[in-house]
Amino acid sequence: MDFAGSDASPRGMSGRVTSAKIVIAGGFGVGKTTLVGSVSEITPLTTEAIMTSAGVGVDDTRQVPGKTTTTVAMDFGRITIDRDLILYLFGTPGQTRFWFMWDELVRGAIGAVVLVDTRRLADCFAAIDFFEHRRLPYLVAINCFDGMQYHDPEDVRDALAVGRDVPVISCDARNRESTKQVLISLVEYVLTMRRHRAAAHA
Amino acid sequence: MNGDMTERDEPTGALVRPYAVTRGRTRPKLEIALEALVETTQRGRSAGAGKGGHGREHQYIAALCDGRLQSLAEIAARMHLPLGVARVLIADMAAEGLLAVYEPTSFDNNDAVGTELLERVLSGLRRL
Repeated sequence: MDFAGSDASPRGMSGRVTSAKIVIAGGFGVGKTTLVGSVSEITPLTTEAIMTSAGVGVDDTRQVPGKTTTTVAMDFGRITIDRDLILYLFGTPGQTRFWFMWDELVRGAIGAVVLVDTRRLADCFAAIDFFEHRRLPYLVAINCFDGMQYHDPEDVRDALAVGRDVPVISCDARNRESTKQVLISLVEYVLTMRRHRAAAHA
Repeated sequence: MNGDMTERDEPTGALVRPYAVTRGRTRPKLEIALEALVETTQRGRSAGAGKGGHGREHQYIAALCDGRLQSLAEIAARMHLPLGVARVLIADMAAEGLLAVYEPTSFDNNDAVGTELLERVLSGLRRL
């Protein structure tokens, strides 16, 4: 059923109206919402999903005995690329155990940014595992909080054991230009991968 | 919608059980992605103006998406409604022709449509 009615477009838009999303992952407090906010045209919004008993068995609720519903919050921002194309940036929920929400987040996504704090590298392991398992393209962005770089990107690559082809870059999540560059790098990487794959199948 | 709903001042509130506004239904008539864009149709605009017997939530959504594209996530966040609740409401309104729902482009497949869109996203980001 097509709900995109023909009378829906008072502004007479030319192309097909559509949207895309990029997932911003990383450990708690690493700066996901800061990164989203530095480039979003709206103040980051928070949307909540309720996991009811239907999620039990999928997600581990044993840690909260007797609790049948859990609320998962995600922050997100918006970038209007064109009047008929809008890009959304979705931060992953703080706790990686809420996998039911991650499924929905990565479905159809362009790719993901894994934001890393070098003092707490292990915080991003779960996200990297998840994206590799789902074959979602991702890059690693090292957030240099106060302009100080704690580690060389190549050392971080080795420590995370991510492939040679995965971009590992430094950024300042508070800085609009820096965040822009992270997003551009991700989209360029995804495009390159697609062209390689298309060439391999040709 | 019943009388209680139209008499409330706020579209939602913390004291209201979330799925009360959908009369207990948790399954939407249409699967809608988080980032799917929603826009009020001509019909949705007239229905809102004419007090077509719809609840306050319907009126709020119709006003929010009138002349501007809003994603499911934005609508849910701005109404302080859980995603699942907003999804049911939007799917109902889309089924009645009050809203148009534009599905996102999926990048899961390596097709030309996705590649072309990625190039547009890339040039858009560079222009920021």
